[in-house]
Amino acid sequence: MNHAADIPVWAALLTAFFVLVGACLTLIGALGLLRLKTFYERMHAPTLGSTWGTAGVLLASIIFFSVLQSRPVLHEVLIAVFVTVTTPVTLMLLARAALYRDRIEDGSEVPAPVKQHTSDGE
Amino acid sequence: MSAVILFWSLLIAQILLAIAMGIAAYRMIRGPRAQDRILSLDALYVNAMLLLLVFGIRTGSTLYFEVALVISLLGFVSTVALAKFLMRGEVIE
Repeated sequence: MNHAADIPVWAALLTAFFVLVGACLTLIGALGLLRLKTFYERMHAPTLGSTWGTAGVLLASIIFFSVLQSRPVLHEVLIAVFVTVTTPVTLMLLARAALYRDRIEDGSEVPAPVKQHTSDGE
Repeated sequence: MSAVILFWSLLIAQILLAIAMGIAAYRMIRGPRAQDRILSLDALYVNAMLLLLVFGIRTGSTLYFEVALVISLLGFVSTVALAKFLMRGEVIE
């Protein structure tokens, strides 16, 4: 921590605030992963860490390195864009897979698949 | 002053993220079905990425950023492959 004394107090306060917000939201998401009852409820919880948890830590990193190096350091935006794009893709694939498995096994707790309406009226 | 603020806030953030990783690992061990384990593996990847970013702020080097980017890429690919495996029984058909 020899370099940390170089940055001004307002930047340290902003970095501390954002990093604590991100870490707290990630922990809340993990607690939801632990405590919610069914799989379809648990699927919502870790996205708290994927959205504002990641955004908080990345904002703190951007502020810290921009002030430390006296130039805008924006390459953390890459991670933000990548996580924002890929999280819905993975979770929708996983939800489709889980729904498929549940429908194969008993189908009493999950809704049945929507019937395809054909034009010839069966 | 700013060194003290940064030291304590980054230490607390690291502890919180480590607890979150522990909870995700517990759910991965205990999870009743395979999709629970995959979901908690995805959460574990995201938490490890955030922990590495906090390490990067703590040490003041931007090397950890590349590691975090690689971890997020690998997490995406692995979760997609595992979900595809659950859906179809094989990854590449």
